[in-house]
Amino acid sequence: MSRLEFRSKDTIQKVVDGLYDDLERRITANPPGQCPVDMTESFLKLCHAQSCGKCVPCRLGIAQMLNIHDDILDLNTKSSMSQLDLLDKVARTIRDSADCAIGKEAANMVLKSLKGCKDDYVEHIKYNRCTPSLSKAKQPVPCVADCPAGVDIPGYTSLVLEGRYDDAVKLIRKDNPFPTVCAHICEHPCEHRCRRQLIDAPINIRGMKKYAVDNCSEVVEIPARMDDTGKTVAIIGGGPSGLTAAYFLALMGHKPTIFEKRSQLGGMLRYGIPNYRLPRERLQWDIDAILSAGVEVKTEYDAANEESMEEIMAKYDATYISIGAHTHKAINIDGEYLHGVVPAVEMLRGIGDDAMPDFEGKTVAVIGGGNVAMDVARTAKRLGAAEVNIVYRRRRADMTALDEEIDGAIAEGCTLVELKAPVRIEGDNDNNVTALVVQQQIAGEADSSGRPRPVKANAPEERIPCQIIISAIGQGIDYNDFKDTGVLVNERRGLFVTNPANEAEGNPGVYAGGDCVTGPSTVINAIAAGKVAAANIDEYLGYNHEITVDVDIPLPRIEDKKPCGRSELRLRYAKDRGNDFRGIEGGMSLEEALQEASRCLRCDYNGFGLFRGGRNDRW
Amino acid sequence: MVNLRINNVDVSVPENTTILEAARLAGIEIPHLCYLKDINEIGACRVCVVEIEGMDELVSSCNTLCRDGMHVLTNSPKARACRRYNIEFILANHKSHCTTCTRSGNCVLQKISNDLGIVDTPFENTYEESAWNMESPLIRDASKCVKCMRCIQTCDKIQSMGIWDITGTGYRTTVGVKDNQDIKDTHCVYCGQCITHCPVGALRERNDLSKLYRALADPEITTVVQVAPAVRVAWGEGVGLHSSMSTTGKMVSALKQIGFDYVYDTVYSADLTIMEEGSEFVERFTHKDEYSWPMFTSCCPGWVRFTKHEYPDYVKNLSTAKSPQQMFGAVIKSYVAKKNDIDPDKIFSVSVMPCVAKKYECGVEQVNDAGHGRDVDMVLTTRELDRLIRADRIQVEHLNESRFDEVFGEGTGAGVIFGATGGVMEAALRSAYFLITGSNPPVEAFKQVRGMNGWKEAVFEIEGMDVRVAVASGLANTRRLMEAIDKGEVEYDFVEIMACPGGCAGGGGQPIHEGEELAESRGKSLYGIDKNSKLRFSHENPSVILTYEEYLEKPNSHLAHELLHTDLESWEL
Repeated sequence: MSRLEFRSKDTIQKVVDGLYDDLERRITANPPGQCPVDMTESFLKLCHAQSCGKCVPCRLGIAQMLNIHDDILDLNTKSSMSQLDLLDKVARTIRDSADCAIGKEAANMVLKSLKGCKDDYVEHIKYNRCTPSLSKAKQPVPCVADCPAGVDIPGYTSLVLEGRYDDAVKLIRKDNPFPTVCAHICEHPCEHRCRRQLIDAPINIRGMKKYAVDNCSEVVEIPARMDDTGKTVAIIGGGPSGLTAAYFLALMGHKPTIFEKRSQLGGMLRYGIPNYRLPRERLQWDIDAILSAGVEVKTEYDAANEESMEEIMAKYDATYISIGAHTHKAINIDGEYLHGVVPAVEMLRGIGDDAMPDFEGKTVAVIGGGNVAMDVARTAKRLGAAEVNIVYRRRRADMTALDEEIDGAIAEGCTLVELKAPVRIEGDNDNNVTALVVQQQIAGEADSSGRPRPVKANAPEERIPCQIIISAIGQGIDYNDFKDTGVLVNERRGLFVTNPANEAEGNPGVYAGGDCVTGPSTVINAIAAGKVAAANIDEYLGYNHEITVDVDIPLPRIEDKKPCGRSELRLRYAKDRGNDFRGIEGGMSLEEALQEASRCLRCDYNGFGLFRGGRNDRW
Repeated sequence: MVNLRINNVDVSVPENTTILEAARLAGIEIPHLCYLKDINEIGACRVCVVEIEGMDELVSSCNTLCRDGMHVLTNSPKARACRRYNIEFILANHKSHCTTCTRSGNCVLQKISNDLGIVDTPFENTYEESAWNMESPLIRDASKCVKCMRCIQTCDKIQSMGIWDITGTGYRTTVGVKDNQDIKDTHCVYCGQCITHCPVGALRERNDLSKLYRALADPEITTVVQVAPAVRVAWGEGVGLHSSMSTTGKMVSALKQIGFDYVYDTVYSADLTIMEEGSEFVERFTHKDEYSWPMFTSCCPGWVRFTKHEYPDYVKNLSTAKSPQQMFGAVIKSYVAKKNDIDPDKIFSVSVMPCVAKKYECGVEQVNDAGHGRDVDMVLTTRELDRLIRADRIQVEHLNESRFDEVFGEGTGAGVIFGATGGVMEAALRSAYFLITGSNPPVEAFKQVRGMNGWKEAVFEIEGMDVRVAVASGLANTRRLMEAIDKGEVEYDFVEIMACPGGCAGGGGQPIHEGEELAESRGKSLYGIDKNSKLRFSHENPSVILTYEEYLEKPNSHLAHELLHTDLESWEL
């Protein structure tokens, strides 16, 4: 035996590591609607296998937590409510007295589950079954379940595979009238739990959609408008949510009118997202299709000079408020009002109407770590800034921006300055910005969501010289116009309050949705809210119009599902794309698109999907 | 010094003191199960958990050091709850058949559980059941094991043998023989230190009592028992007799009451061993070139097994003289039988030993020389003797003082100290001096080799010759010594080894006291008996002299060689 040996992985370890990877993907791909009690027990089993066996609470206590779960889950009358109390006590004992995180965190998991899913435990003890809500949440098609708008993803993927791109666009529009917008900028939650991950990696769903909208006809017909109802609906705000509601309401035979404050439609899609991510002509293609359903539009509508919101609500049969979140939040540090400090939303709004600021040769500091921060940083670079620093008080890992946006910003020459909290802004005698003063932070104890809090480091302040500071630290809503309407506002969060039906309770016929209810969120969430509002407004108006589509879905092809690479959308080279505002994303080749489409496991047809819930062809 | 508060009591302790030890100093006892000071401080059982004010998680007090300003609460609601549940978890995984357990009444788990007032637990009881070679002198009952890991640590750290290991993963983590071997295929020396350090009944010696009861019940059979030196200073502990009361005479009375026909003292054969081994040493020492050096004692069967397994090249250095147990065994079925006119085939020869390895030794085929079956038919540990006494409800405090049976009741102080580390060496040197010089040395001339130090050395001058000696006890110490000899770092003429720390006084067959090591105090008692003995030189033992006169002729005679010496090379393992 040598004194020391260089360790290399043996075959067994390699195999086990491979299994860990498989498991990790399997957990990621966990379908919605799983029983939390059953899953907790399953996770516990894994925790137990990880136990080194040294300390009693971990080795033996977890066994008791498993036994109790078994008792609760077993279809017998043995279990009683006292087991919950016992489980809680056992878990606390393990949490408080196990020797390391293997045991402690296993117990914490149970405690979290007990707290968050108590009803499920009780239901199993009392009736030997899962809660009814759980069986409703059961969704055999993970991508559809995770798409807020419930778009028929396996359907359009199979249409792409057959080369039926127009049908694909029609199918998407059944739930989402923005196929092109989403093909470019959707955050694709649908991919998150794609079952294909059990084999290799999720389907590039957004890529499939992109291939469909890139290759469909110049005009794809929308469905015929249903019989005129004579009902009028006011839509306040012409962003993605308002436009979606207007589109579906128009198809249902109602008369929607959009009141838009700005000169053009699109909301944040136009006034928040830069052209290089969402080229304007592609946005317009979706908007044109929506308007073709029969939507009246009043742009540059100023409630101060024309009918007030109160008057509109009274006049129209129903109202949908979808004003978005367009006001900026103050940084609350000294120097905030110096020349050269620009809120991100204002800058992007100007650009939306083609007012390009001059950043030529300037040094820019962007404050924030969200997608908007990345957008303004990359825009600043395109506007000729010599240097762009993205200053964030946490770490990159804590940024809310998508990884691909962060990578894009870095590739285009922006610098991430992590763990620096802005302290004040310094200016010269003419009140022009000269520097952002920051304080080094350390990633401290995690908050309740598990994200580490930034904590002031024991280090001197630092000065980041700059001429322009863009603050991208969040947006709020401007609800001044609604003060007298009776629509409820949560003052603390600064957002409208609705029920899950998007109804502004206490105001019959008034609905609200999108960023103005959820706070700044994704386009697909705004679209989903518009869809929900359209359905509920239709009901409110006394109808039950069903939105369907006349597209037959191809049967799955019979072929082996062997592990296979995932194709990504091509990007223009950073050096080339970083200086103009043209779209940065290319598509896939036909070859790649076909391979990608054929990777789809067709959960609509296989597994539980064939039995029940595989397809909602109407709503 | 570190200043802290424990249960609102201000405590000041030296740096690097654990909370558990600090509490002890302050008179506060924290319940604990797996903890074994300096040997096993791994915080496995989580019974000793305590709350530190300001912290959410509890800490194990056995391995958390005190910090200045700390406020420790040993019985906070959280600590109480966790302690209780952790014990209940263990109980749910433990075969709590206390009625048939050797450790009932002396079990750490039983005591903590009783003390906590646990009369009912909400958990279903399941436990490990696994096969064990029941022929082995060492028995492990997996269903009782609490996985405290003390046996592993004792075997690794005190004995350097590594026989035990952790096996299984997660919930199935348990203790097993290393590499899943049968215990008989390992290098285990059967020292029994794992038994005396086990907090529960998971480890014990093989129970041979039923065999004894059969012999006692048979009118045809003459039962003869010999009692090892170290038993007399420990037997009282297991029957509730204070050490000042538990005399050798009472022990003899007890054995008589149990029904042994003859009760003899192994001290006699210890003296005989000195005569043989001392003469052998003088022979080797005066013909140095003909032998390998140093010469080792061979009275400890644990040490013999150790040598045969781990240092086979040194087996030839071991004295060929048998251990006192086996010498007496051979003498009982020859000389004693003849002298008392008993058919040696009808003798059932028993020895009471502080030792588990002796159960192995008496079963070695090659050790039997009297020609009537086994020289020693069975070996009982001190603990088994105590069980015999308790079984018969012998009222030990009312026992009279009895003498060992003639003529082998006479032993010398030199034979008595065989039971303590250094004792064999000292006894041998007392007689070797006489054999070389023809006169006795001052009786305490060699007391330098006494004491609990694990590796002692000394040089004594005898007639102008330096005799370099070493004494080690505990096999980890022994291994260090053997490595040093093997590398030529040290040179000795005569080396005494005992496998258990402190010698037989701390033997693996002795009564068990949780958290206490009694080898030192029992050893001191043995030296006390020596001091008060009329005879303190083995060669002055009249029984020994008589044996040579009547039977063996002289030390290392042909017959002595036949009966009292053995070829250790040939011993089966």
